[in-house]
Amino acid sequence: MEQEDTREVTRRDSFIKLGLGSLAVAGCGAAVFGYEFLSPNVLYEPSPIANLGKPDRFPPDSVTADPVAGVYIIHAAEGLYALSATCTHLGCFTAWKPELGIIACPCHGSKFNRLGVKIDGPAPRPLPRLKISISDEGDLLVDRSTVVTPDQFLRT
Amino acid sequence: MTKAIEGYWNDLRGTKVWRSVFRSGAGSSNLHHALAVQQNVFLHLASVKMRRRSLAFGATWYLGTLTLATFFILTGTGILLMLYYHPSVPQAYADMKDLQFVVSAGVFLRNLHRWSAQAMVFLVFAHMFKVFYRGAYRPPREFNWVIGVVLLIITLFLSYTGYLLPWDQLAFWAITVGSNIMSAVPLFGQKVRFLMLGGNTVNANALLRFYVLHCVVLPLAAAVFIAIHFWRIRKDGGLHTEKATTDE
Repeated sequence: MEQEDTREVTRRDSFIKLGLGSLAVAGCGAAVFGYEFLSPNVLYEPSPIANLGKPDRFPPDSVTADPVAGVYIIHAAEGLYALSATCTHLGCFTAWKPELGIIACPCHGSKFNRLGVKIDGPAPRPLPRLKISISDEGDLLVDRSTVVTPDQFLRT
Repeated sequence: MTKAIEGYWNDLRGTKVWRSVFRSGAGSSNLHHALAVQQNVFLHLASVKMRRRSLAFGATWYLGTLTLATFFILTGTGILLMLYYHPSVPQAYADMKDLQFVVSAGVFLRNLHRWSAQAMVFLVFAHMFKVFYRGAYRPPREFNWVIGVVLLIITLFLSYTGYLLPWDQLAFWAITVGSNIMSAVPLFGQKVRFLMLGGNTVNANALLRFYVLHCVVLPLAAAVFIAIHFWRIRKDGGLHTEKATTDE
């Protein structure tokens, strides 16, 4: 038995260290498990891809709101494009005002033109343009999880 | 007659069962009064003795006590409302309407709960203003002010989580807006919103999570901090009173 170290490490000291170490490990484990448990792995939310029916529903030079999908389909001279109807300020549902020719948010007064560009109010970004495509059955599909650049149009 | 009742009362207080529950026993000396407070788990949060002037209306306007009263009303009416409320989509809205139009006394309980909630938020602010302008937050009461701020936050979260439960348009959009404000927190804002709602949109998971927070987690947290808050009043030397005013 070497007894060079004069500091005495008692049995109690080592057990306290062991106990606190175990508690720390258990605490970290509980934090990780807690975080994982609180994050749902399966969501029963609607698919981001919505079917809007035949593209000829949208006549030239028109803005059509689809309140179920939460999008606007605009038929411009260059072709079709889709805008999200969710305000970029705090997530309220905007409305197309045909008499004014603008998209308006009821919550805090943001206004957008038919290109989605903000013309008034607190919204920090333009309404995002969403990816649209034609399905094999000839239906117009909008992918609400994919944002595209404002120069993309769908020609029908 | 009163003599007889007093006699029975004293006999009752002398019985073995009574003495096993309340140790202080019969008698009305100062010691008995002090023991009755000190040995009771609820009363011992308060001081054994109080200054008469600290109990006067002018000292506190009873704002803290009134806040506690609204908390008790909210707990009582809330438990009763839970008996008719299912936190599921779209049943929650129908249950809320049933409480208004079908359940006996339902509309009374729901309105009492709602108005008391509004009153509680108002009273918490009024209480804090009173404490602030009276200087009652100063040492040695500075830590109790911190506990009070925690209670303010719990109160606001209780109010916010309860807002979603009727599952009407007002509730849905208020929580949509509120949770989007939450997501403006740098770095982990989106994550906090996702955990809070249990998804990307205000949906069935969000309703259930807000229900559990509103009915279990936050009231328990409030009860614990209320207990600490009251106990600290005693520990910090009783209610703050103006030194300048003459003692009654």
